[in-house]
Amino acid sequence: MSRKKTEKEYEKTFACHFFRWLHGEKDLYVGQMEMRPQEVYQESKEEAEKRQRAKNILLNKIYGRKKSKSIKYLELFYRLASILFCGILIYLLLLTVSWLPPIGVADRPVNNEVSKRYIEKGLEETGAINIVSGMILDYRAFDTLGESHVLFVATVTVLIMLRLDKKHDNGTDLSIEEAEANDRNYEPKNDAILQMSAYVLVPAIILFGIYVILNGHLGPGGGFSGGAIIGAGLILYLNAFGFQKTERFFTEKTYKWISFGSLSFYCIAKSYSFYTGANHIESMIPKGTPGAILSSGLILPLNIAVGLVVACTMYAFYAMFRKGGF
Amino acid sequence: MDFVQNIPFCSILLTLFSGTICSMLSKRAAKWVNTAVIIITGVMSVILLQYLLSTGESFVYWMGHFPAPWGNEIRAGILEAAMALFFCIIMLLSMWGGRKKLDEEVEESKHNLYYILVNLLLSSLLALIYTNDLFTAYVFVEINTIAACGLIMIRQIGRTLAAAVRYMIMSLVGSGLLLIGLCMLYDLTGHLLMSNIRIEVAVIMADGTYAIPLVITVALMVVGLAIKSALFPFHAWLPDAYGYSTISSAAILSSLASKGYIFLLIKIIYRVIGFEVFNSTHIINVLFVFGLMAMIFGSLSAIKESGIRRMIAFSSVAQVGYIYMGIGLGTRTGMIASVYHIFAHAAGKALLFISVIGLTDVSGFSRRFVDQTGAGYRNKIAGIGFTVGSLSMVGVPVFAGFISKILFAQAAVKNTGKLMPTMIVLAISTILNAIYFMKTVIRIYTPCPDCPYEGIAMKKEKLYAVSIILFVALNIALGMSSQPVVDAIASGLDMFG
Repeated sequence: MSRKKTEKEYEKTFACHFFRWLHGEKDLYVGQMEMRPQEVYQESKEEAEKRQRAKNILLNKIYGRKKSKSIKYLELFYRLASILFCGILIYLLLLTVSWLPPIGVADRPVNNEVSKRYIEKGLEETGAINIVSGMILDYRAFDTLGESHVLFVATVTVLIMLRLDKKHDNGTDLSIEEAEANDRNYEPKNDAILQMSAYVLVPAIILFGIYVILNGHLGPGGGFSGGAIIGAGLILYLNAFGFQKTERFFTEKTYKWISFGSLSFYCIAKSYSFYTGANHIESMIPKGTPGAILSSGLILPLNIAVGLVVACTMYAFYAMFRKGGF
Repeated sequence: MDFVQNIPFCSILLTLFSGTICSMLSKRAAKWVNTAVIIITGVMSVILLQYLLSTGESFVYWMGHFPAPWGNEIRAGILEAAMALFFCIIMLLSMWGGRKKLDEEVEESKHNLYYILVNLLLSSLLALIYTNDLFTAYVFVEINTIAACGLIMIRQIGRTLAAAVRYMIMSLVGSGLLLIGLCMLYDLTGHLLMSNIRIEVAVIMADGTYAIPLVITVALMVVGLAIKSALFPFHAWLPDAYGYSTISSAAILSSLASKGYIFLLIKIIYRVIGFEVFNSTHIINVLFVFGLMAMIFGSLSAIKESGIRRMIAFSSVAQVGYIYMGIGLGTRTGMIASVYHIFAHAAGKALLFISVIGLTDVSGFSRRFVDQTGAGYRNKIAGIGFTVGSLSMVGVPVFAGFISKILFAQAAVKNTGKLMPTMIVLAISTILNAIYFMKTVIRIYTPCPDCPYEGIAMKKEKLYAVSIILFVALNIALGMSSQPVVDAIASGLDMFG
């Protein structure tokens, strides 16, 4: 028994839309997205003159175009000499590499007691099946602590360089609203194709990132790689839906608290572990059964902390370069 | 194990953690956290130094539950503790002296970022001082580099941005060479821990199989660190970076950041490669020659400079040359002189930078020489500070610079091959130093009744005055009671061996 739809009901169905699109009656994207054709850049006469003047100043004062011939020859010599120097350096370095111990031979100096213990006792001593995780987060955790602070200090430097204030302060910088408006000049808003693919991909990407972080001690992966994946997902979301939608769950405050929380957890947890280790006190943290998700002592929480820091750092970098704020 | 032995670990982690905390604080609170952390670290270093002087033995400290070649390790001896203490003092005084300028030049909302950078820089310096592991050293070199870039460009004008980019490029070349050297060293020895590498290096040198790659590796690491500490042909990044950044940054960078790399180099020479092995290579002669060239060309560039701050920056090139010349002499006394000069130069150069800002401020914020006429009368305390710093740099008795020059001369006497060039260049460089520093001192004390600028009362700038007085006291203390310092350096270097 078939039920007949009225004309109005039929117009709302997917089949109607599809066949109308197929017959070329309607473009689905018209009216759905902001289409702004890119304008040809046209320079006003004043600006062109100004630019020419600046270029001349640069050429004359900095590069000394008008200077005597001897200086020109000196510059030529300088360039040739630097190319020659680089060539010699490359040759020397390649020669040195050929003198290094050959790869794949059993008695290389690298195959010593250090790597032996990592491979043989790594599982027992750290509880992590992934030896690399055990190495960077337990044996040599101090280096990784430094490495996560490298990310932190890099974000701070980018903030200094690119963060804009809410209002004009000295007239030279843009305010944050202007920067946002500027950002939209050559890009359409609400791109439907991008939004649809982001709608499908972003949850998958973020879930995969979380999986990589949580399984860092069991298989390939860990905080750095998983955090980078989550950060990429966030950036894709931002590109598709714009700052306003992202601000509902990720503002500057969120960024600050997440990175502060994870870095201080990292610092405190590792301080405890360093302190007990150096003073030969038994650590209170259980290792668990190797292979279970809750195992290998501090490695799992540290991976989570590192992952959060990396994801936030990537997102913050992108937001800073895009418009100078979150 | 004594409880005091936790101090190196505590000071590194405390400074690192305080950087994270400052990201959440307001400007005022971050300022206080910064001051408190530097003072606490300094006090802890005093306690550690006393402990080490009484026991007379260095110790290693496990960073984690695993012993030497498997886990990370830090190590503390007399020289490390003394260096940490000294760095804390200089950093505190530089921050105090430049505080007012910082308020004027840096945007209100970015102050706490500045304190994050300072804390992380201190932490990386402490880690470079205490580390016993080459890869840890590399990680903290990275932090040091990025933090230094931030310190340069926090005052956002065109020159500082250009200087920061230039610094970053040069510094990354240095880091890259250091990293390549490190990888090759790991390939040759199979270790990253300093003491283990040294044993393996001795085996390689006795064996002779990998001797050439080893020498090239050492050369790469030395050149990398030399670029980062602005040895003569690699100093192009220095004048703008020191000359235009906010004054605390200039003082901290010139007296601490570059010295951290030099200290790491000395540590690598003693603890990784071995002093004798290093002396038998020709790298040491290259360092010696570059050091001598830096002493002359740095001073010549300083004489040609017409801006007062860039002049002081170029003087740093010459002083770094002194340090490398001492390393290049290849004797124990030469090394002692170099380490002493690290102290003397840090104290003198930071004082010069802090006091020069007082002089330019009362000369209509102009950096040109002509405008400084009579500035010593308008800002008396800055004038005194500048005079003391200059006398110390030139090498007048009573001040720290004199002792380091006498130590360099004594060290040169013990090395017959390098005696003549050292003595001649030392004499020329001293005269050149005297020319540009005394020229400035005479200029600032020439009365200038027609000058339109107004003087400044010191009651309004108490913190600035206090920092200059303490710097002057530090310079005089280093110069007057040099013997205990030299003894401590000597026993600290012996602990390295």
